[in-house]
Amino acid sequence: MSLLSLLFGEKKKTAAVAKERLQLIIAREHGSAARGADFLPELQRELIAVISKYVSVNPDDIKVHLEKQDNYEVLEVNIVLPETKG
Amino acid sequence: MTRVVVVTSGKGGVGKTTTSAAFASGLALRGYKTAVIDFDVGLRNLDLIMGCERRVVYDFVNVINGEAKLTQALIKDKNCENLFVLPASQTRDKDALTEEGVEKVIKELEHLGYDYIVCDSPAGIERGAVMALTFADEAIITTNPEVSSVRDSDRILGILQSKSRRSAEGREPVKEHLLVTRYSPKRVEDGEMLSYKDVQELLRVPLIGVIPESESVLHASNQGTPAIHLKGTDVSEAYVDVVARFLGEERPLRFVNYERPGLMKRLFGGK
Repeated sequence: MSLLSLLFGEKKKTAAVAKERLQLIIAREHGSAARGADFLPELQRELIAVISKYVSVNPDDIKVHLEKQDNYEVLEVNIVLPETKG
Repeated sequence: MTRVVVVTSGKGGVGKTTTSAAFASGLALRGYKTAVIDFDVGLRNLDLIMGCERRVVYDFVNVINGEAKLTQALIKDKNCENLFVLPASQTRDKDALTEEGVEKVIKELEHLGYDYIVCDSPAGIERGAVMALTFADEAIITTNPEVSSVRDSDRILGILQSKSRRSAEGREPVKEHLLVTRYSPKRVEDGEMLSYKDVQELLRVPLIGVIPESESVLHASNQGTPAIHLKGTDVSEAYVDVVARFLGEERPLRFVNYERPGLMKRLFGGK
């Protein structure tokens, strides 16, 4: 092992990869179990309803996305407003 | 007071039956009157591991259905005076296990003065596995240092916390213990295997022991002798430690460090 790694350079240890993958998957599965995680479509519908009261937007132009990073989650809401006719 | 201990894992092939047999034998060797029940209805194996397969007349489902008395179905272990085996049925399926039926058997064992009831869970998260953990006071989560096993253990922990009687009745939760099995210190050292610390950090359950990967486990099952009886082997010693820790004794972890051969160390440098 030592000799091989000297000759060919150190590769990333697979156990470390396994741990990273498990940390992500376990965090995600706990999150979804606690909260149901299927609130995103509902949130998207309600956002569309609220925004439509003030601006006319295309429902497809509102994107809601939940992302997990290490210890925190990022809820990303992307709204494309219609071009104003000048 | 009888304590019910489930040995579970979610994933199959990680060492639940090996552990159930060794752990139950270990409790009996320490003088406790112990029953070990095979919940794997349809695919019974515990009788083979315990070496009592030729003495099975009645099984767990017979008792649940009232076709046999519990005392007729319990098989006295050949190695330990106060250990009894309740085998699973070969011919029925897991739907034969009803909650009322399982409860009746456990109540009766309590009545017969058993100190410990060890429930050997089937793999999976279906009826048999849920029945095995329903009445548990404590759980031994058997996990291999491998991705699918760790994830499945995490799943079964969730089920334990939601479906056990203790949680349903809002009592003190089931006491969980993590047992890492088939551990290879060399592969951990080489970065090829998750360490027991990694597994514990991922699952967040107190560690009760580490059982090294060993050829003795196959020797034990070949002969129908629980691995704890193979005196002088790492596996036997590791299970003795697990039983001691379960009973509240302090034992340092053994068989978790790899000693590199001296010559290699001098030639290529230690790691």
